[in-house]
Amino acid sequence: MTPANQLSKSFTYKSLISKSFKVTGRQVLPGFALSLGISLLFISLVLLLPLSGLLIQTAGMSWADYWAVVTDPRVMASYQVTLLMALGASLLNGLVGLLVAWVLVRYTFPGKRLIDALVDLPFALPTAVAGITLATLFSASGWYGQGLAKLGIQVAYTPLGILIAMLFTSLPFVVRNVQPVMEDLNSGDEEAALSLSAKDWTVFRRVIFPAIWPALVMGVVLSFIRSLGEFGAVIFIAGNMPYLSEVTSLMIFVRLQEFDYAAASAIASVILMASLLLLFAVNVWQTRYLKRLKGN
Amino acid sequence: MSIQIKQISKQFGDFQALKPLNLTINEGELVGLLGPSGSGKTTLLRIIAGLETADQGQILFSGKDVTQLHVRDRKVGFVFQHYALFRHMTVAENVAFGLDVLPKQQRPSKASIKQQVAELLDKVQLSHLASRYPAQLSGGQKQRIALARALAMQPRMLLLDEPFGALDAKVRKELRRWLRNLHDELGFTSVFVTHDQEEALEVSDRVVVMSQGQIEQEATPQDLYQQPASRFVYDFLGGVNVFEGEVCSTAGHSNNRLQQGKAWVAFPDGHKPQAGQLYLRSHELSLSNQPSATAHLPLTIKAVSLIGAEVRVELEPLDWQSPDLWEVVISHSHYNNWQPQRGDTCFAQPQAGQLFTKNKENQPLALNWTKEHLLIKTA
Amino acid sequence: MHQQRIGDQPWLRRLLIGLAFLLVGILLVVPLVAIFAQALSAGLNIFWVNLSDKYTLHAIGLTLLVAALTVPLNLVFGVFLAWLVTRFEFPGRRILMTLIDIPFAVSPVVAGLMYLLLYGSNGWLGSWLMDHDLQLMFAWPGIVMVTVFITCPFVARELIPLMQQQGSSEEEAALSLGASGWQMFRRVTLPNIKCALLYGVVLANARAVGEFGAVSVVSGNIRGETNTLPLHVELLYQDYNLVGAFTSATLLAVLALLTLVVKTFLEWRQQQSAR
Repeated sequence: MTPANQLSKSFTYKSLISKSFKVTGRQVLPGFALSLGISLLFISLVLLLPLSGLLIQTAGMSWADYWAVVTDPRVMASYQVTLLMALGASLLNGLVGLLVAWVLVRYTFPGKRLIDALVDLPFALPTAVAGITLATLFSASGWYGQGLAKLGIQVAYTPLGILIAMLFTSLPFVVRNVQPVMEDLNSGDEEAALSLSAKDWTVFRRVIFPAIWPALVMGVVLSFIRSLGEFGAVIFIAGNMPYLSEVTSLMIFVRLQEFDYAAASAIASVILMASLLLLFAVNVWQTRYLKRLKGN
Repeated sequence: MSIQIKQISKQFGDFQALKPLNLTINEGELVGLLGPSGSGKTTLLRIIAGLETADQGQILFSGKDVTQLHVRDRKVGFVFQHYALFRHMTVAENVAFGLDVLPKQQRPSKASIKQQVAELLDKVQLSHLASRYPAQLSGGQKQRIALARALAMQPRMLLLDEPFGALDAKVRKELRRWLRNLHDELGFTSVFVTHDQEEALEVSDRVVVMSQGQIEQEATPQDLYQQPASRFVYDFLGGVNVFEGEVCSTAGHSNNRLQQGKAWVAFPDGHKPQAGQLYLRSHELSLSNQPSATAHLPLTIKAVSLIGAEVRVELEPLDWQSPDLWEVVISHSHYNNWQPQRGDTCFAQPQAGQLFTKNKENQPLALNWTKEHLLIKTA
Repeated sequence: MHQQRIGDQPWLRRLLIGLAFLLVGILLVVPLVAIFAQALSAGLNIFWVNLSDKYTLHAIGLTLLVAALTVPLNLVFGVFLAWLVTRFEFPGRRILMTLIDIPFAVSPVVAGLMYLLLYGSNGWLGSWLMDHDLQLMFAWPGIVMVTVFITCPFVARELIPLMQQQGSSEEEAALSLGASGWQMFRRVTLPNIKCALLYGVVLANARAVGEFGAVSVVSGNIRGETNTLPLHVELLYQDYNLVGAFTSATLLAVLALLTLVVKTFLEWRQQQSAR
């Protein structure tokens, strides 16, 4: 398909939409056609066209080639380390995020606003900067590395370093998902539970936790997705040893530098599908869960 | 300016919000659209304003077709349910908005706008709040500012969506009277939407009762109250007790009775007995310790409440069925003589009511017992 | 007013707050301090020398150019998209809202790769561009393009929930009072969304300036030509010029801190006006 085709396709879709829309009535608020046109044009050019490029490149490979590339032992090792470390990082993030959100919502104390502001640092700080900073801190002569070396723990240039980098870059997800839900919690439920003489821990476990559970899961999954694709922060601290501490994003990069575009896109298609499926699944799950809560 | 609505209908997805309907609102009239939520009253109002487009039908303002006219060009003053005041503008800026956005050649001078805003704020008695922001106002104040803002553009008519819906009872009452006075003073056509029957009956020249996208009845408040056209209207106006019965001629009973078990009501003279539901309003009944010759409706007293000018007695049917508890209003002097207690048994005597027969096509039958009742008493 | 709540025992309170401070300190504050400590470890003079290096200055310029092109583009797109999905009901609306999340889910390296495949010299669009002597990849336009991709959800994502919650009755009121479409937008919509809009712009800007993965795929890392600041940091780091790398990093860190300050201020303003 040529780009012109692609474009004309999006425009017919647009006219289709506005046609079927006309049936239900003329719009009172202005700007429907304009905003629809601009949005579709932008999304087609910026999102869909490149995505289709990747799909076409991958579709050009034979199934056997594709399979050989994506199951190459070195690539398989990269899946393993990426998945494991992302899982570890996002679960740890669940704990840390829950604690920080709880403290920020439930208590007032000096420095609260500062902590609240700092939580977003990993989103604001470029990943490359985070990467070199963490690598330096955890290197054998770094502030953290020295201490940990005495305990016999090596972080930099091991999978553990990958975990640390992922933990840092995805830290805000859980806090920012859980915090607003916790703020909106109806204090009546908590008071009702207390008036029924429930113990504090029971109130948390049976009343508060179920209410924040969807947000917590959402935060953990988003942090997991982010960690799967993390590149900038990871490569500096990981050491990037084949079969041991190479993440999948780096594998794509390596194949690109070998000018093996086909292999790079095959591997990319695997993480792309994994991320999109996961994002889709968690959205569906959350919608259902919330529906059930409201339905009751 | 009169409003003519011809065969207007509207569908949202699968939901038929308005079935094709016709309505004419006369110049200078204050009309209340009354109905439960989902009855289509707000949709109709928004279609008149041009905020919603009808699927079919026509709207005419003073005979001129405005169906295709944009809300911007219809020049209707619309007051939104939750006021829709611009939260980032002061009260004065809000009121001035309709003048500020006029094309340059029509826009009054700054000084003139300022003066008009001052006059409007004066009219709604809120001049002292000109520099406040909407968030700092009470509900009633916001409502009056929203009205002033709509009036500033010198609208051809005023449309109000649940204008008092979000206010507390006392403010509501005040604002209602104020709106009525304002309407009388300005004299332009106004339509307002409400789900509160008391509000509709008190304020409107004419009430349009809606249900499920249709007009159930349009009438003056007085006619509406005296001759509800359907069960729905009767129910919706509230305070109604229902007695459902058959006409039967078992031995020892007269066949002139609406009967349910041992309870019955005799038909007044000159009426053909028919089965159906008898609707009795709470003040169209009296209570006594004994049954009368025209009715035998035993009831147990569940609650007695002294509210203002009257005493409200809640009753439960004794050995017969009714969908809801009965409610009868008696005078304080009757209450003082009688001293009813919870759990006492008493008998209801209807004075007037409407019988809805099983044939739904039929108009309800108005029944009146006053004469017979008097006859028995004197006998 | 004293409320009965759980977790308010003094010991527990102190423990949890202490833990939060400890974690935030270890994970966020110390790394932040380390950046500046490393950059200044060779003294202020070296810091200035590193900062005024010709390649560093070029990297700063290119980064600013990328942000200056990317952010306005995404601002316009974000406003139109948010207006579309919050003010109109139409088939495909939910699909649009899902599509806009894709850049969040896609690894930056994959994003860069997609553009490289399409517009690179081997790509099916790129070979046509080559024939016309247009090089997008391994040049600054490519960097701008991937950055647009990476940052396109930010503004829309900030606006959509807010505009949904605000509803359209104020805009309808403006129209019923005779405002034109542009008057309605400028005088009613824009003032109501300006905080969220600014917030989205700040976030998009931070990301545009700091993007590394996607940019490194399409840039080609030509010193003094296609090197953005984050790529420059990497190059210096690979050259074992730690102090130089951290000097450039401080610029990015300062920008990150500024972002946080603006964000906190905007949130504070929003809370004030909500009250």
